[in-house]
Amino acid sequence: MHRSRREFVKAGSVLGLTVAAGLITAEEARAQQQAWNKAAFESKSLDETVKALGGSGSAQSADVAITAPDIAENGAVVPVAVASKIPNTQAIYILVEKNPNTLAAGFGIPAGTEANVATRIKMGQTSNVYAVVKADNKFYVATKEIKVTLGGCGG
Amino acid sequence: MPDPMRIRATEQPDGVDVRVLMSHEMETGQRRDSAGAIVPAHFIQTVVVSYNGKPVLNAEWGPAVAKNPYLQFKFKGGKKGEKVSVTWVDNKGETRTDEATIG
Repeated sequence: MHRSRREFVKAGSVLGLTVAAGLITAEEARAQQQAWNKAAFESKSLDETVKALGGSGSAQSADVAITAPDIAENGAVVPVAVASKIPNTQAIYILVEKNPNTLAAGFGIPAGTEANVATRIKMGQTSNVYAVVKADNKFYVATKEIKVTLGGCGG
Repeated sequence: MPDPMRIRATEQPDGVDVRVLMSHEMETGQRRDSAGAIVPAHFIQTVVVSYNGKPVLNAEWGPAVAKNPYLQFKFKGGKKGEKVSVTWVDNKGETRTDEATIG
């Protein structure tokens, strides 16, 4: 009886430890989730998104380049790359005008990282794609129209 | 447990080129299943790429990032044989971390 009690206590403490370990990662995950800018991802236009990101407006800039196809045959996978030549680029955002929510992705660029990122996004229909660059707390934008052909028949 | 990421980090004259392919459904929350019910959103929200314990890229994603997300960028200062780690967290709190050696 004594022994079984001992084992019970032991099992209990092991269980407690695993739960505690689990809680720490869950906590970290929650902290990261809270860092996610919900307002920006729910915005419906370029201006709204820039506001949600803390800017008051954006200026067209030739120093921001979007590399993407003119025609995307499959809107579910559209490769988009954004490069910024503006000094002190802090962040790069990719926005799709006619998606249900405009903001698709944001990338924080720490010092030492090239202001040039590539990813793949989804597009519901033919739309303007904006690349927004935050540098010295100002926002710069470049625009490119990408045509989406549905049905997979090509252009 | 989600599937592992595929990470390739290569040293180049102008920095370390990092390419990551994650395995994730990236469900938008807009689609309906055959019964007409909305498929709940399930997508990666944050991605952190670290080198030597310091972040070299912080990404925030919405559901408009394509399924099985791809990410490519370059950072300066990394050397062959050192490690780069990538962590993502999705909107359900699931997370995954993988490491790759710079080659």
